[in-house]
Amino acid sequence: MPSKKRGAKRVNPLASAPKISAEATSSKRASIAKPLSEEEMRMVAKKLRRHIITMTATAGSGHPGGSLSSVEIVTTLFFNVLRHDPKDPRWPERDRFVLSKGHGAPVLYSALAETGYFPVEELLELRKLNSRMQGHTDMATTPGVEMTAGALGQGLSFGIGIALAARLDSRDYRVYVLLGDGECDEGQVWEAAMAAAHYNVDNLVAIVDRNRQQIDGWTYEVMDTEPMAEKWRSFGWHVIEVDGHDLGQILPAFNKAKRMKGKPTAIIAHTIKGKGVSFMENNPDFHGKAPTPEEAEKALKELE
Amino acid sequence: MASEMSTREAYGHALVELGKENENIVVLDADLSRSTMTSFFAAQFPERFFDCGIAEQNMMSIAAGLAASGKTVFASTFAVFASGRCYDQVRMSIAQPRQNVKIVATHGGVTVGEDGFSHHSIEDLALFCSFPGFTVVVPADAIETTQAVRTAANTYGPFYIRLSRPKTPLVYADNYRFVLGKAVTMRGGKDVTIIACGLMVDKALQAVDDLAREGIECRVVNMPTLKPLDEDAIIRAAEETGAILTVEEHLQHGGLGSRVSQVVAKHHPVPMSFLAIKDFYSSSGKGEELLEVHGLTVEGIQKEVRALVERKG
Repeated sequence: MPSKKRGAKRVNPLASAPKISAEATSSKRASIAKPLSEEEMRMVAKKLRRHIITMTATAGSGHPGGSLSSVEIVTTLFFNVLRHDPKDPRWPERDRFVLSKGHGAPVLYSALAETGYFPVEELLELRKLNSRMQGHTDMATTPGVEMTAGALGQGLSFGIGIALAARLDSRDYRVYVLLGDGECDEGQVWEAAMAAAHYNVDNLVAIVDRNRQQIDGWTYEVMDTEPMAEKWRSFGWHVIEVDGHDLGQILPAFNKAKRMKGKPTAIIAHTIKGKGVSFMENNPDFHGKAPTPEEAEKALKELE
Repeated sequence: MASEMSTREAYGHALVELGKENENIVVLDADLSRSTMTSFFAAQFPERFFDCGIAEQNMMSIAAGLAASGKTVFASTFAVFASGRCYDQVRMSIAQPRQNVKIVATHGGVTVGEDGFSHHSIEDLALFCSFPGFTVVVPADAIETTQAVRTAANTYGPFYIRLSRPKTPLVYADNYRFVLGKAVTMRGGKDVTIIACGLMVDKALQAVDDLAREGIECRVVNMPTLKPLDEDAIIRAAEETGAILTVEEHLQHGGLGSRVSQVVAKHHPVPMSFLAIKDFYSSSGKGEELLEVHGLTVEGIQKEVRALVERKG
């Protein structure tokens, strides 16, 4: 395999990542967890929400709102869609999940912890000095994190690069990029949308967390991104719209995307910012503000 | 090799050779492949070449994604776009995660000429040197370019290599071997050291014969690697010649002069002088005319050396 030759030559900058072993280059491996049922996923989703509340409250800062809106999407991906191996985060054949909205770090860390990339207790290290739970995602630090993010609008382009590498290496992995809808204000998102269709990368799926809120308020007030679905369609994408909290709709959308050949798929997931906690839902204050200890207690009660 | 060749042309040929040897190399461009000469690679290896269109930000992030998947990526455009247009993309996805991306930018400096200010890249070295962990190289001629590009391909990590538009004289013979992070003494001398990079190395070499006849023996040092800098060579120059002039086709701030002066100030302070692009944006014009505007000529170097020797006393 060319990848083995490469591996020998280069110094791996990801010090925490395990070495790629010879058997790891096979696309079939035993350690992939079995898919969860919808009911099991519902339980996992609740658990992730509790983690998001606990870790941001403990950190005293962070972005709970956009993490809570992405919970069902991330749960479906990590527990039912992605071909991945938490024991070997750099497995070359893995499907990649790129969190373009890097402030959604809490939901990603929660999913990574629950699938076994690192201990769940480590979530409480969020935003602490030298911890692996950086404020925004950092590929050089955290096992399972595919991209350093935080400055918005760049993940889809990064995902194209990974998708093209699959083509060059004749690998069949897929790339899933989660974007915020406010993030779609960034011009680079549309550079990438144009390029992905141009290169016909059908192993690429963009998921837009359409929670309709950004820091300064409703997206239609700050910068109107409608008609969102039509935009993606006109850029040459296969577009699916789902209720982003309905597990029964999300999984079929990913399966449909897998069957689409010749063009990339955009899943517009209609969600609610702060979903699952009554006083955080549709409240832009909780975009970038952690719950107080009292609020966290109240939130966790709602998530029992 | 002919007696003169542009560094960008040498890059185009070098990429083709590397492409033959290493199937892991992927090349990106942003609609300037015939100017950056990545078109040579594109013609030979179309499946490993991606034209990203006029979208430099997208190109840099795609480069990062390819590198994260194990590819050795060369991404090319003009220096002014490679540095200013996508600084954040390079910072977040290439510099911080130390990705194996080689940004090889052509049309550096003011010798782009007639296209005018919008295409004059005079801040790029400062910007790329500002990234922790980046390697920054400015080859002096086509031969050094070939070597530097090969070194970049075989050295893991992010690189910025700044090349030029015009055909320029060769300052090296074919058997030259570029060593990353090492300065090269092109000529010995005890009275003053001229430290130059890029096209200014040839100018410096042209300047010193007249000075020698006047009794000023100049040491000429080519400093192709701006980061990491060859501190030992700078300290030796300060100790042994007692005065240093830097010459570069870049703003005085943040480039070769700034970087050398920090080493001198810390280790062995001596009188210094700086020939660089002056602190204003230039007009259209021929490359040589523009260099003259900023005093980056053989005569300009000689004048600066004489004044410096006088200051040294």
